[in-house]
Amino acid sequence: MTTRIGVEVSIAVADAVKLANPDVVAAYPITPQTHIVEHLAELVANGELDAEYIPVESEHSAMSACLGSAAAGARTFTATSSQGLALMNEVVYVASSMRLPIIMSVANRALSSPLSIWCDHSDMMSVRDTGWIQIITENGQQAVDNTICAFRIGEDRRVLLPVMVHLDGFNLTHVIEPIIFPGQEEVDRFLPPNNYPLPLNPDRPVAMGDFAPPAIFTEAKWAQEVNIRNSMKPILEVWDEFNRIFGRQYAPVEKYHSDGARVILMTMGSVSETASVAVDELRGAGQEVGQVRLRLWRPFPFDALRRAVSGADVLIVMDRAISLGGPGGPVASEVKAALYNLPEKPRVVSFVAGLGGRDITVTDFKNIIKRGVEIAAGGSPNEYEIYGVRE
Amino acid sequence: MEKYAVYVPRLVKKKDNFAPGHRACIGCGEALAVRMAFKAVGNNVIAVSATGCMEIVASQLPFTSWHLPWIHTLFENTAAVASGIEAGYKAMKRKGVPLPDNTKVIAYGGDGATSDIGLQALSGAMERGHDFTYICFDNEAYMNTGIQRSSATPFGAATTTSPAGKKSTGQFSWKKNMPAIAVAHDIPYVATATHGYPFDLMEKVRKAVATPGLSYVHVLSVCPTGWRSATDTVNRQARLAVQTGMFPLYEVENGVYKMSLDLPGLRPVKDYLKMQGRFRHLSDELIAQIQARVELEYNKILEKAKDGSKRAKSKGR
Repeated sequence: MTTRIGVEVSIAVADAVKLANPDVVAAYPITPQTHIVEHLAELVANGELDAEYIPVESEHSAMSACLGSAAAGARTFTATSSQGLALMNEVVYVASSMRLPIIMSVANRALSSPLSIWCDHSDMMSVRDTGWIQIITENGQQAVDNTICAFRIGEDRRVLLPVMVHLDGFNLTHVIEPIIFPGQEEVDRFLPPNNYPLPLNPDRPVAMGDFAPPAIFTEAKWAQEVNIRNSMKPILEVWDEFNRIFGRQYAPVEKYHSDGARVILMTMGSVSETASVAVDELRGAGQEVGQVRLRLWRPFPFDALRRAVSGADVLIVMDRAISLGGPGGPVASEVKAALYNLPEKPRVVSFVAGLGGRDITVTDFKNIIKRGVEIAAGGSPNEYEIYGVRE
Repeated sequence: MEKYAVYVPRLVKKKDNFAPGHRACIGCGEALAVRMAFKAVGNNVIAVSATGCMEIVASQLPFTSWHLPWIHTLFENTAAVASGIEAGYKAMKRKGVPLPDNTKVIAYGGDGATSDIGLQALSGAMERGHDFTYICFDNEAYMNTGIQRSSATPFGAATTTSPAGKKSTGQFSWKKNMPAIAVAHDIPYVATATHGYPFDLMEKVRKAVATPGLSYVHVLSVCPTGWRSATDTVNRQARLAVQTGMFPLYEVENGVYKMSLDLPGLRPVKDYLKMQGRFRHLSDELIAQIQARVELEYNKILEKAKDGSKRAKSKGR
């Protein structure tokens, strides 16, 4: 069980889905998510996974088929990316509002136009307000582990919400990494069979998806808000239990030399490990620099974030998405909002980098940190800076 | 079929799956058709609804008109949702999850949900060959949003987005032939029906549900609100749609066409058009144009049905 195997991360994610034994996989091809669903199709074709594989005609139908499948009480998985996530957008809202625990891998990729198949986080930001739990992973092991955790979290009676597991397109999906695969027996112990409370069943008719007049709609939305906020506790419990069985601990905000650091760099996704190298080198040169990595985008970990960063002087937030005409980086603007009312808080500096798959190297991170400290001291006329752009 | 009409009502169940107390307009032909369709199939059924009149009138929280497990999600994805339910049941049954046997899935939507915005999802489901029945309740426009034209609106009909005016004679295009599109997918069963012929409608729905694979039933449903017609004549209008050839009743089983009624001849379309305010502006010339087109299309189906009966006979030998 502790053997590391070199395997492409997409294949590993598909194998993790297999370990969860889903009943239905409905998916439509889109780069860079395809290897996940190709491998699932292969597993079904070879009889290694007993599931219905629905090769739908669009992502809109992929998520719609998932609605039906989850409403029938079946364990349900899909995967998508970028335009696919954008196309299924209205269905994504319905999945969470109807409290259907659908699990979806999202291979993060830029949104058109110009067309780009490469990684950034604009797709995941487009579904920020949909009411899904959004977990961000930064390497293959995290993607595998959190795919399994996602089923457990989503199907928890206290949660009953769909979960997205984000992994960066190409930077993660297409690289070969050493992965420790959880054993089937342990997974079966960790993940009980799906037992959806009120599925579509002629023996016990239910009406799902009624319309709400103004007298009810606000209450329906508030119930949903309370529900996703309260999912934080079960999420933490599931991660703790995963650690007890499999020996790997996850947290909504991961700290790296951030305790006592004057300057903290905040990252999300696959660049986080590169950023850690920059932090190591700067610390080696005597600078009090640390790092925090955001692992949970929704529900937003307000408390964990405040605890992790409130002692620093400067918090440099790096976004891989841009809110055009707005405050710049979506993560930075939420972080600012989360800290604004604190009496003691760091100065938050927002950078946007790595759009459409542009590499961010160790040197780039060092430059970002240097520039961030300059801005924090001297101020800047801009809401944010876009790193490395040619004007 | 007609001669059984006296006896058949006694064979129909009294129990409705689509209960009274919904919010449909007075004289709603579609509510009548939905009621008949779901009367025909028992209660081991999951109903999947598109957004539209029949969803809105029957589902305001915290009420429902449905005695069946019922789900509505969105406008254009009903066939995909039904695909997911069917697949979910299939997988769970195979894995030994305790579920009722032979549960049937019936998806339904209006003409907009079917022939416009939901056509892709429906085509995908037909091509993949899921085992469920799709019923289009066609009232020939977007009635729920206020009588806007759809691709199923007949030529010449005035709607709020195809109004008749000095430079317009209403709907500019001919009704999309949705049953033919279904037939082109080589699905095992396609039929047309209307609430004007209730036993025919119920029999076709029953047959569709009993047929393995995806079946498609296209049900003309008179909308007195949108058609600007009298609420007490909806069944007469539906029957005239059939008797004038505007809406022929037929079945296509495994590609073989069969007419449902043996009409001695077609009544003039004018008999049908004159009952409805949406056609009020039509000139004799346009009515003649419609008459010619209706005859042309009707004869095409009649020819296919003749081929069908020849094929059926030769098989018999």
